[in-house]
Amino acid sequence: MSNPGSLNIAAASLDAVKDRIDGGPRGPRPRKRISRRNIFIYGTLLVVAIYYLVPLYVMLVTSLKGMPEIRLGNIFSPPVEITFQPWVKAWAEACTGLNCDGLSRGFWNSVRITIPSVVLSIAVASVNGYALANWRFRGADVFFTILIFGAFIPYQVMLYPIVIILREMGLYGSLWGLVLVHTIFGMPILTLLFRNYFTSLPEELFKAARVDGAGFWSIYFRIMLPMSLPIFVVAMILQVTGIWNDFLFGVIYTKPDTYPMTVQLNNIVNSVQGVKEYNVNMAATLLTGVVPLVIYFISGKLFVRGIAAGAVKG
Amino acid sequence: MESVSIRDVSLSFGAVHVLEKLNLDVREGEFLVLLGPSGCGKSTLLNCIAGLLDVSDGQIFIKDRNVTWEQPKDRGIGMVFQSYALYPQMTVEGNLSFGLKNQRLPGDDIRARIDRASKILQIEPLLNRKPAQLSGGQRQRVAIGRALVRDVDVFLFDEPLSNLDAKLRSELRVEIKRLHQKLDNTMIYVTHDQIEALTLADRIAVMKGGVIQQLDEPLTIYNRPRNLFVAGFIGSPAMNFLAGAVVKSGHGHAFRAGGHEIALDGYEPDTAIVEAPDALLGVRPEHVEINREAGANGAVSFPATVDLEEPMGADSLVWISLGDQTLSARVESSRRFRRGDTVHVCFNIPMASLFDAKSEIRM
Repeated sequence: MSNPGSLNIAAASLDAVKDRIDGGPRGPRPRKRISRRNIFIYGTLLVVAIYYLVPLYVMLVTSLKGMPEIRLGNIFSPPVEITFQPWVKAWAEACTGLNCDGLSRGFWNSVRITIPSVVLSIAVASVNGYALANWRFRGADVFFTILIFGAFIPYQVMLYPIVIILREMGLYGSLWGLVLVHTIFGMPILTLLFRNYFTSLPEELFKAARVDGAGFWSIYFRIMLPMSLPIFVVAMILQVTGIWNDFLFGVIYTKPDTYPMTVQLNNIVNSVQGVKEYNVNMAATLLTGVVPLVIYFISGKLFVRGIAAGAVKG
Repeated sequence: MESVSIRDVSLSFGAVHVLEKLNLDVREGEFLVLLGPSGCGKSTLLNCIAGLLDVSDGQIFIKDRNVTWEQPKDRGIGMVFQSYALYPQMTVEGNLSFGLKNQRLPGDDIRARIDRASKILQIEPLLNRKPAQLSGGQRQRVAIGRALVRDVDVFLFDEPLSNLDAKLRSELRVEIKRLHQKLDNTMIYVTHDQIEALTLADRIAVMKGGVIQQLDEPLTIYNRPRNLFVAGFIGSPAMNFLAGAVVKSGHGHAFRAGGHEIALDGYEPDTAIVEAPDALLGVRPEHVEINREAGANGAVSFPATVDLEEPMGADSLVWISLGDQTLSARVESSRRFRRGDTVHVCFNIPMASLFDAKSEIRM
C-alpha cells in the first residue's frame, strides 16, 4: 500500500494479459462442413455407391414389371403396374429340364447342402486349428504346411480325380458327396483361420487349464470355445456364402434332381427355348442372392469384430 | 527332506540349449526364488517342474517321487502366472472350482475348499464376479486361490507381480510372504526383480545362460557374490567395479588402481587373495564413503572430484571421478555435493568383493 503507483502499473499489465487470453481462440477448433476435402471424400463415396446400387435397382424394378412394360425399353423407369407374378413364377413354376417347379427345388437342395457342409467343416477345422495352435505335436509344422499348400492347388487339377473317388465311394451325384467335397475344400482356409485365432489367445490360459487337470477335449469345449464366438461367426459367414454361391462343384458332382440353387438359376436364365422372360430372370437372381445378403445383414457387426479380434483380455 | 529335486536336467530346442545339466534341491517348506535376466531359462525351468515342458534329459523329483514323465495335474503343483490366466467366461468361483471338478471331488468338499481359500485371500465378496470385473490385484489373488484350493505340495509362481503397478506390487509381495508363513508350503518363485527376490526368498538361485550361478541366502548373495555376474546383477544402484591389480604390500595385499594403493586389510576371501595383474574391486555404493576433509575417520582416503548428484529421497547417489574411473557413493540426502567439489574417498574393504578379471570368480 506504500506505493500505489506501482500497484496501478501491475493492474494495467494484468489487463493486457487478460485481453490477450480472452481474445484468443478457445475451445475446440471450428471445422468447415463444406471443404474441398469433404466434397472430394463424399463425392467419391456417392459415385461408388450409385455405381453398385444401380444394377440392383434395375433388377428390382424389372422383376416387378410385366413383359409388355419391359418391351418399352425404359429400364430405369419404375413399374407402372406392380406385379409379383414373375417372383411366383421364378420360385414355383419356371421350367428347368424336365422339372417345372421353379427355384424352390434348388433352394431346398442348397439348404440341405449348405447346413451340413458348414457345420462339418467348421467343427473339424476348429479342432484342427486348436490342435495345431496349442498341442505342438511332432510334425505339426509339416502337417500345417501341407494343408496350406493344398489351398494353392488349382481346382481344375482335382475335379476329375474327385469324380472317380466319389464314384468308388458310391456318393457321386448325391448331396452327401457334395457335402464331403465342400468340407474338404474349406479345410485349408478355415484351419488357418482357427489356428491363428487360437494362437492369439494367451498361452498361459492353456497352461493353467492343463495344471488344473483339463484334457484335450475339456480345454477345447470349456476354455477355448466360449472365448471364440467371433471367429466362429467369421468362419460361418465365409462358409455359408462360399458354399451357397458355389456353382462349379454343384454342377459337376450333382444330378439335375439334386442341383443346388445356383445351377438351377443358370439353367433358368440361360434356357434358349421360348421368349426371354427378363422379369422372371431378375426375380430368380434376387431370390438366389437373398440368403447371403441376409447373413451379411444379421452378422455384419460380428464379422468385423471377429476379423479384428486380436488379444482377448482376461 | 527335499521337496523338489532337479537332477541333471537339460532342455534344448533344436540347437539352442536352454538348460544345461542343471541340479537344484529345494527344501521342504522353503521359499526359493529363481532370479535372472530375461532369457536365462528361469521360466523354462519352472515350466519343466510344472510338467508343461518335457525335459530333454535328467530327472525331476517332487516329494521323493519321480515325476519326470507325469502330467502337470499329477505332480501335486499349483501354478500362478504373470497374466493371471483366469478363465474369462467363468466367475471367480468357477475359476476356483474348475480344477477340483476335473478331479471329480464331491460338491461339499469343493465348497469347503473354496470357502477356506477365499477366507485366506479375502476374496469372499468377489466369488460371483467375472475376472473382467476385478482389479489387477484381485485377479492375482484369485489366481493364487486357484492353486490354494487344490491343496498342492508345491506352489510355482511365474513372475506373478510383473503386471501390477509399483504400489500394488509391494502390497502383494508382503501378502505372498505372509501366505507362505501361514501355509508353510514349498514355493518356487520366478522373477527378474531383485527386490522381490531379496525380500521374499529363503534362498535365491541366480541364473544366467541356463546355469545356476549362485544358490544362497539373500544376504550372502548380496554381500558375497560368487562371481562378477552375480555381483553386477544384484543390487540397485549397481555395484562399482574398479579395474586394477592385486599386489603384495608389506605383510598383506593391496589393490593398485591408477597410482593409488588400497590396502586389503580385513577383506573376507572366499578362497584366498592371490596376486593378479588384472583384477576388479567391487564395492557397493553404500560402502563407498566420501568426506570433504582427508582422513576424517582416520582411514586412508583418496582425492576425487564430484561429477553429479542424484537425490533419491532418503539418500543420494553421488557420482565421483577417481583418477580415470567413475564411482558412485551413497550418502544421506542431507549432505549436498556440487559438480566439481573435491572429496576424499575411502572404501569399506570387509564388505567389498575382489574378482579375478579373467575367471570372473570372487577371490
